Amino acid sequence: MSHDNSSPSFLQHHFHDVKQQYETAKLGMWAFILTEVLTFGGLFVAYVVYRSWYPEMFINANLLLDVNKGLLNTVVLITSSLTMALAIWAIQKKNKNLSLVMLILTFILAFMFLGIKYLEYSHKFEVGQLPGEYYSYMGPEIAHINNPHIFFSIYFMMTGLHGLHVAIGMGLIGWLIYATAKGNLHSEYYTPMEMIGIFWHLVDLIWIYLFPLFYLIG
Amino acid sequence: MIENQKNYLTYPKGIMSWLLTLDHKRIGLMYLFGGLAFFFLGGLLALGMRLELAAPGNDFMSNDTYNNVYTLHGAIMVFLFIIPAIPGALGNILLPLMLGAKDVAFPRLNLASFYLYTLGALFTIYTIIAGGVDTGWTFYTPYSTTSTSNVIPMTMGIFIIGFSSILTGLNFIATIHKMRIPGLTWYKLPLFVWALYGTSLVQITATPVIAITMVLLILERLLGIGIFDPALGGDPVLYQHFFWFYSHPAVYIMILPAFGIVSEIIPVHSRKKIWGYKFIAFSTLSIAFIGFLVWGHHMFTSGQSVFSQIVFSFITYFVGIPTGVKIFSWILTMYRGQVSFTPPMLYALSFLFLFTIGGLTGIFLGAVALDIHLHDTYFVVAHFHYVMQGGTIVAFLGGLHHWWPKSMGTMYNQTVANICCLGVFLGFNGTFFPQFLLGLRGMPRRYATYDPQYADLHNYSSFWSAILGLSIFIAIMNLLWSLRKNNKLDPGTNPWGAMTLEWTHTTSPPHPHNFEEEPVLEHGPYDYDKVIVEPTFKK
Repeated sequence: MSHDNSSPSFLQHHFHDVKQQYETAKLGMWAFILTEVLTFGGLFVAYVVYRSWYPEMFINANLLLDVNKGLLNTVVLITSSLTMALAIWAIQKKNKNLSLVMLILTFILAFMFLGIKYLEYSHKFEVGQLPGEYYSYMGPEIAHINNPHIFFSIYFMMTGLHGLHVAIGMGLIGWLIYATAKGNLHSEYYTPMEMIGIFWHLVDLIWIYLFPLFYLIG
Repeated sequence: MIENQKNYLTYPKGIMSWLLTLDHKRIGLMYLFGGLAFFFLGGLLALGMRLELAAPGNDFMSNDTYNNVYTLHGAIMVFLFIIPAIPGALGNILLPLMLGAKDVAFPRLNLASFYLYTLGALFTIYTIIAGGVDTGWTFYTPYSTTSTSNVIPMTMGIFIIGFSSILTGLNFIATIHKMRIPGLTWYKLPLFVWALYGTSLVQITATPVIAITMVLLILERLLGIGIFDPALGGDPVLYQHFFWFYSHPAVYIMILPAFGIVSEIIPVHSRKKIWGYKFIAFSTLSIAFIGFLVWGHHMFTSGQSVFSQIVFSFITYFVGIPTGVKIFSWILTMYRGQVSFTPPMLYALSFLFLFTIGGLTGIFLGAVALDIHLHDTYFVVAHFHYVMQGGTIVAFLGGLHHWWPKSMGTMYNQTVANICCLGVFLGFNGTFFPQFLLGLRGMPRRYATYDPQYADLHNYSSFWSAILGLSIFIAIMNLLWSLRKNNKLDPGTNPWGAMTLEWTHTTSPPHPHNFEEEPVLEHGPYDYDKVIVEPTFKK
C-alpha cells in the first residue's frame, strides 16, 4: 500500500523490505515451535511420571506394540524430512519441477505414515488395547501386571497428538504444492515453504523421541 | 493539524471493516470492549457473592448456586478479562505505536487470536446458559472429573482462549524483535514494551501446558483415560502440578503488563526520568523466569515431600527481590519530581499501595508453616485480590485513563475520574482488608454460609464491596460518556506531556496507518531531564 511500484508483490505493507519480512516470519515460526515443544512437554512429563511409578508395567505393555511398523514409520518420516528439505533446496535453485516432485513425495510419505498408524491403531482397537476404562486385553504378556491401560492412555494421547500434527502438516504441504504449481512461490520468495519445512522437521523430531520411548524400552 | 482528517476510528467505515480489520488498534478496541463486558459480568457475580455473604445463613442462594457463582466469577475474571484484557487491548493498541511500526508483525494472526477469544467466550456463555460449573476456577481433579456440571464446555473455552493468548504472545515477540524503527534499541524502548515482552514469553511457554492439561481433563471425563483417576492407577495430584505449572506463571501474565503501565504513568505524571530503567527492565524478565520455578507453593497441603516444600518456599521468596526493585524504582522516580494528581497518577499511586500489601502477604503464604494454617482461607482470597484487583485491575484502569485521550481522541471528566479512583481505593481496602482478618481467624473460602462469629467482618466487607463496584462502574461510564458528540479533542493533544512515540509522532486518535511518515527517534522515552514536552490540551 505504502510501498512504491518497485517493491515485490509479496512484500506486505507493514514491512520495510523483504529481509525484515523474512526474518520476522522465521522468528515467529521458531517461537511457535517452542510452544509445540511445551505442548508435547506436558505429555512427556506424564510419561516420565508413570514410567517411574510403573517401570515393569511399561516394559511389559511395550511388548504389545508392533516394533516393525514403528520402525517402518520412523524410516518413512525421516525420508519425508529429507524430501521436504530437498524441495526447499530445489526451489532455491529455481528448479520448480523438482521442488514440486519433492513436495508431492513428502505428501505421499506423510500419507503412508498415517496409513501405517491406522493399521496399528485398528489392530489395537480389535484386541482391546485401549486407553483407560476401555482397556480389555488380557494376554499372557501382561499377566500379573497392573494398570496396563495407563500405558495405552499415554500411548494414544502422544501418538494421537503427533498424528494430528502429521495430518495438519499434510494439509499445509498440500497448500504448498498448490502455491508452487501456481507460481506464487519461487526462488525469490519461498518463506512459507521454509516455515512449513521447520514445522515438518519438528513433527519428525517428535516421532524420533516417541519411537524409542514406546517401542524400544523392552 | 487539519480538521476531519482520517483516523482509525472513522476510516474505513462499516461494520465489516471492523470485523475483518487487520488494524491492531481496532483489534485492540474490540478486545477492550469484549474484556469490559466480561469484567462487568464477573463483577456482578462478585457482588452476588458479597450479597450472600453479608449475613451468615443461606439468604439469597443455595450452596449449589453459590458454587456456580464463585467458579464463574473466577474463570471469567481470570481467563476472559484479566489475561486477555491488558495485552489484548492496551498492548495491541500501543505496542506498534510505541515501536514506530505500522502494525504488529502478523496482522492476520492478530485477528485470528481475537476470533479465538470470541469463540472461547461463546463457550463460556454456553456454560452459563447450560447451568454453570461448580468446581472452582482451578478445576481440581478428582472432583472436576466426576462433577455433573458443565466442566467440558468451560474447559474447552479455556483451551481455545489459551490459543488466542499464545498467538498474541508470539505476535508480540516477533513485533518487538523485528518491527522497531531504526535507532530504537532495546534500552530506548518504553518499559511497557519490556513488560509486554516478558508477558509474551510467559504466554508462549506456559500456556501450551494448560492447553494440554485441559485436553487431558476433557479426555478423562469423556473416555476415562485414567491419568488423573486414582481408581485407574492415575494421580490427581499430577493435575495440580500441570495446572499450577501454567497458572502460577499466568499470575505474571496478569501482573507484568500492569507493572509496565505503572512504569509509563509514573515518570510522565512526575515529569521526571524513570529511576533505574535497566533494573526495571531486567526485573521484568527475572520475574518471568522465577515464575516458572515456584508452582509447588500452591500445593503445600496437597501432598508433596518436605524437601520440595522447602525448595519451593525458598524460591518463592526470590520473587520478592525483582518485585521490590520495581517498587523502589517507582518511588525513587517520584522523589523530587513534579507529581500531578491526575486520574492515571492516582490509580498508579493506589497500585503502589495495594500491590505492596498484596506482594508482602504473598511472602506470608510462601512460608510453609504459615501457609498450612492459612491455606484455603480468606487470607488467600484477600492476598490474591490485592494482587489481581488492587494490582492489575487498578493499573489497568490507570492505563485506560492515561491512554484514553490517545486512543479515543476525547477527554473524560477528570474530577469524576479522581473521585471514582478514591472510591475504588477505599472500597477495595474496605472489601478485602477484613478478609485478611477473616482468614487469620480461620474462615474457609468457598462457603456460602459461615459461623456467626465472622458476621461483622463479612458484613463490613460486603458494604464496601458495593462502593467498590459502584466506583468502577461510574469510572467506566465516565470514560464512555466522553465519547458523546462534539467532545472531540484537537488531534495534536498530548494532555500529559508524554514523550513516547505514540504521543509525540501521531495524532489522537492515530492515523489508520499509525504515522503519516515513519517517525524519526529524537529522544528516549523518559528524557525529561533533556527535552521539554509541554502538555497540550485543546478542544
